[in-house]
Amino acid sequence: MQNKLVSLQNIRVKFDDDEILKGINLDIYDKEFVTLLGPSGCGKTTTLRIIGGFVTPDSGKVIYGGAEINDVPPHKRPFNTVFQKYALFPHLNVYENIAFGLRIKKLPEKQIKAKVTEMLELVSLKGFAKRNVNSLSGGQQQRVAIARALAIDPKVLLLDEPLGALDLKLRKDMQIELKKIQQQAGITFLYVTHDQEEALSMSDKVVVMDNGIIQQIGTPQDIYNEPKNAFVADFIGESNILDAVMKEDYIASLSGYDFKCLDGGYAKNELVDAVIRPEDVDVVPAEKGMLAGVVTSVVFKGVYFEIIIDINGFKWMIQTTDYQPIGAMIGISIEPDAIHIMKKSVYSGVYGDYSSFSDEVDNPEVETSNEVNTNL
Amino acid sequence: MTKKSSFLQKLIVAPYMVWAAAFIIVPMFFVAYYAFTDRNGNFSLSGFIATKNYIPLFIQSIWYGLLATVICLLLAYPIAFIISRAKPTTQKVLLMLVMIPMWMNLLIRTYAWMTILQDTGIINHILKLLGFGPVHMINTPGAVILGLVYNFFPYMVLPIYTVLLKLDGTLIEAAQDLGSGTTRVFTKVILPLSLPGIVSGITMVFVPSVSSFYIANKLGGISLIGDRIEELIRTNINLGAALSLVLMVLILVSISVMNKFTDEDGGILV
Repeated sequence: MQNKLVSLQNIRVKFDDDEILKGINLDIYDKEFVTLLGPSGCGKTTTLRIIGGFVTPDSGKVIYGGAEINDVPPHKRPFNTVFQKYALFPHLNVYENIAFGLRIKKLPEKQIKAKVTEMLELVSLKGFAKRNVNSLSGGQQQRVAIARALAIDPKVLLLDEPLGALDLKLRKDMQIELKKIQQQAGITFLYVTHDQEEALSMSDKVVVMDNGIIQQIGTPQDIYNEPKNAFVADFIGESNILDAVMKEDYIASLSGYDFKCLDGGYAKNELVDAVIRPEDVDVVPAEKGMLAGVVTSVVFKGVYFEIIIDINGFKWMIQTTDYQPIGAMIGISIEPDAIHIMKKSVYSGVYGDYSSFSDEVDNPEVETSNEVNTNL
Repeated sequence: MTKKSSFLQKLIVAPYMVWAAAFIIVPMFFVAYYAFTDRNGNFSLSGFIATKNYIPLFIQSIWYGLLATVICLLLAYPIAFIISRAKPTTQKVLLMLVMIPMWMNLLIRTYAWMTILQDTGIINHILKLLGFGPVHMINTPGAVILGLVYNFFPYMVLPIYTVLLKLDGTLIEAAQDLGSGTTRVFTKVILPLSLPGIVSGITMVFVPSVSSFYIANKLGGISLIGDRIEELIRTNINLGAALSLVLMVLILVSISVMNKFTDEDGGILV
């Protein structure tokens, strides 16, 4: 990634007595697809609005092009927003909505027409120019909102949960479309979502936030494979998070077994969190397993079975293609590279095991709140 | 089930139907009846023919009505805007201040203005104390406009306030986001979107202003068309009814012309 486009430096925001952002530091580079990911109320939308100019930080700096732009009003910033509920102008048709920013710039009519036509084509809405925006479907309104924001060539496009109101199928299509548009338009996207799958599939860089603090910044692979703490591990995908002890470098003891792993540099016998993804656990006969336990639940998921297995009182989630009946005694085997060790954090022990798991995979907010305190 | 509910529906609307018949349709019928008959009850168009003598009065009344409406709009819009952007508790207080005069009878309010504007009234009294000569205010066209504006002002504020209150704040942010400064946010988004409120405000002020009576009489010492009709109903009910009918048609035409303008901008109902 080349040059730094926008920087947030130690941004703090308070609404009344609520501290929404507690010192955000973030660099956004040219042509990057950056996603702010986190549960409701984590401060991701506020971060976006700070860059858009709709919220002024109490302290800290917003830097663009080497200069502080804290006090530059929204209409003078080269960033455009796709609002959560689209905010299309109901008194204007599709064409005029897209032309809105161009008309403010007082461009000649011919140029406006060319640009609007180009934008309509980019978002696959050719022939919709004269339509009333209220007669469009959610997905179409979404596209108009994107076209309208892109029409005036922003340096950064800010998207606030733009797919939140669409149904699952359309959301998946729009994810692909958005990524395509971003690559074609060649501009930076800053995307806010609470949907971890969306974040992983679209982004170059994911910024995981919780409680007004950035928890981790990294590529989707980094975030998934090398989560920094229990929050990130739990929020991104399914994970078994267990207490472990680093016996020595590359040996982690958990659930009474000394596993080989690839992590080192911890103190001898340091208490740590270990993350094992459900798909990285191999099912073997009980007597051959590193650990063994009883199957307590099996759910058919199409491609795989989701099995909950009780090992020494901790319920693991395992994804396997082999059916295992409830009550069966099975063993598990874990490769060294499937174990990820994390330092203890304030989130350690918060997420518990899968004993109260109720299949709310698609809604991280509900899932998180349900699982809190289950392992106390 | 459907039959039962439709009977229920009829039952519910029945009082309104009776009310409408008794207080709208029947009186209208009588107005039309008197307009098309003479003193002896025979069919006659003499009332309408005599209307031409009143053309200058019609024009004067419409002119006063227009002026009052425009002044109301210019005053009410900023006030409605300020109220709609205030804190909810402040909004309640400000709205109350706008509406309190409506709780008093129009005649009493007009009398109050008479005493205020008189040559020996409060204003002139204060001016005299300050060493300024008496300013003649009562019985001037200005006093009539003042009376009209004062009396119908709330009817302009309320519909505009309602529309502005419902205006989606993110639309304003979207306009800013797309490069509009304060002026253009107003002219390109807020104003066009508040048009429905403006139109119903104009209607609710223009109609009663044009047909008002008493106000012009007491504050201006003149008779507008409303005052003249009121006088005629007592002396020549047929002519009075004909004038009423003509006035009503004029008002209906002007309202429908105005609605034409807004319909094109997105089907607005008054």
